[in-house]
Amino acid sequence: MSAETPSDRYGFDTLAIHAGAAPDPTTGARSTPIYQTTSYVFENVDQAASLFNLQSFGNIYTRLTNPTTAVLEERVAALEGGTAALATASGHAAQLIAFHLLLSPGDEFIASNKLYGGSMTQFAHSFSKFGWIVRFVDPDDPENFRRALSPKTKAIFIESLANPGGVVSDIAAIAAIAHAADVPLIVDNTLASPYLCRPFDHGADLIVHSMTKFLGGHGNSVGGILVEGGRFDWAKVAGKYPTICEPTASYHGLRFYETFGTMAFAVAARAISLRDLGPALSPMNAFLILTGIETLSLRMDRHCANALTVARHLLSHDKVAWVNYAGLPDDRYHQLAARYLPRGAGAVFTFGVKGGFDAGVKLVEGVELFSHLANIGDTRSLIIHPASTTHRQLPPERREAAGAGPDVVRLSVGLESAPDLIADLDQALAGT
Amino acid sequence: MNHDTYPDDYIRAILRECRTIAMVGASANWNRPSYFAMKYLQEKGYRIIPVNPSAAGQEILGEKVYAALSEIPVKVDMVDCFRPAEAIPPIAAAAIAIGARVLWMQLGIRNDEAAAMAEAAGLKVVMNRCPKIEYGRLSGEIGWMGVNTRVISSKRLKKV
Ligand SMILES: Cc1ncc(COP(=O)(O)O)c(C=O)c1O
Repeated sequence: MSAETPSDRYGFDTLAIHAGAAPDPTTGARSTPIYQTTSYVFENVDQAASLFNLQSFGNIYTRLTNPTTAVLEERVAALEGGTAALATASGHAAQLIAFHLLLSPGDEFIASNKLYGGSMTQFAHSFSKFGWIVRFVDPDDPENFRRALSPKTKAIFIESLANPGGVVSDIAAIAAIAHAADVPLIVDNTLASPYLCRPFDHGADLIVHSMTKFLGGHGNSVGGILVEGGRFDWAKVAGKYPTICEPTASYHGLRFYETFGTMAFAVAARAISLRDLGPALSPMNAFLILTGIETLSLRMDRHCANALTVARHLLSHDKVAWVNYAGLPDDRYHQLAARYLPRGAGAVFTFGVKGGFDAGVKLVEGVELFSHLANIGDTRSLIIHPASTTHRQLPPERREAAGAGPDVVRLSVGLESAPDLIADLDQALAGT
Repeated sequence: MNHDTYPDDYIRAILRECRTIAMVGASANWNRPSYFAMKYLQEKGYRIIPVNPSAAGQEILGEKVYAALSEIPVKVDMVDCFRPAEAIPPIAAAAIAIGARVLWMQLGIRNDEAAAMAEAAGLKVVMNRCPKIEYGRLSGEIGWMGVNTRVISSKRLKKV
């Protein structure tokens, strides 16, 4: 008997190259064509009506679907082992869409307090304008999520490997707490990528990515994606997720869960949230990210190997006070990393430079090969001193709590020759 | 048959072999899932015969509605059930009686007892799936919606 999923039948690298991408039926083009079009001609009025009513599958307008973007969506869904995916204009847009389907004004969700700073700002400040309330908890003790549950809790949100602190969350333990409360666990898998971590295998229900980072991998395109796991029962508690389960007025009373089953979340995310909020990915970016994904495993292996080499070197450097990298044997997250990220602990980590704020500034201004910028997950090695840049507007005590103390420097280790990276950091540290 | 996961080849064979499908619980209301599925499968070349006692004698999408499977005058390959799980056993018995080869229960519907009865009589059984979604998935069409079709091919033309 053949297997149910291609991940049983095909290896990760085969999926990374082939999933979603058959030859173009019209031209035979083997690389996925860039369908740089806004809209698609209807066959006739009946076909148009059935597309608008979601009665048949097809393209209407690129805000909703696009053939190039669809290949990318299927590719990432396959790599994560999900049922369906929805690409968005950015990682933040994927988060917005996920919560838009789950929450109504006055509803709550619980999020790790060790997240990418931009996500914390989005949740705390912009989401509050929609009446969506976030409760932040320390993920190091999964019981903190249980303590923060309330009857209004609609979701739990964590990062598998958190940016920037190298924090690894106990996904299975947190998933068990979410499921006992009949809420889905959403995992931001950006820093790990599906090659290093597969959150659905550990109980996650939805996955989001900033594809801007390792999936695209070349620092050339902003994009995001939302992936559905297909195992969460949205109808278990009547009335809890009305947008997914109850009749939708704008689709003549269609119920997404009844009609689309294990892919209902992704279809509703497209048909309601992407349609109405609008953050669609451009086909050009979809193409660039797709091309990046074809080499994902090769890149991630090298990213992890280089990061470990650089982290080990810094650990023994006399101008470095500490290194937080879960790939190091003595790191406090090493055990969790061994369980959830067995192929490597990623490429993003922080270290403390002796000499505090001023030394941090001198270091980022002294590098020649590392690029001083606010991104991660590029082929190029990147460096930032959060206290003087991304976290500058925060008062000092909030900076410290956010892991952006005066001495903290974050690296995203690229794919260059490791000795060159070490030499560059050494010469810049010598000037601090 | 393991009814938690079906091999693609099992579903593919069913969709290839069956041409006439009796749809029990078909609705004349255009925004019900059964109507969606009927319309889509008709476009793919299947003949769909609606069965619904409360609409018997009317027409849905050009096909006469019958009150019961036993009243259908042509040979039926598959019986597709848009009915709650507890209503399935008598439908399974009727499907066996009219010589159908496949008993299919829609998304969200599963009745293991009825499945065992049908399998014992030699029918293939599918539960908790939608033939429209399976057709769209295996033909690659549903990939347009970002769905993981689980189909990989380097061939130019796709068919179920
Ligand atoms: C972990 C994580 N999640 C989400 C985002 C937001 O993604 P984007 O910048 O694509 O909106 C980022 C960006 O830095 C990130 O690092």
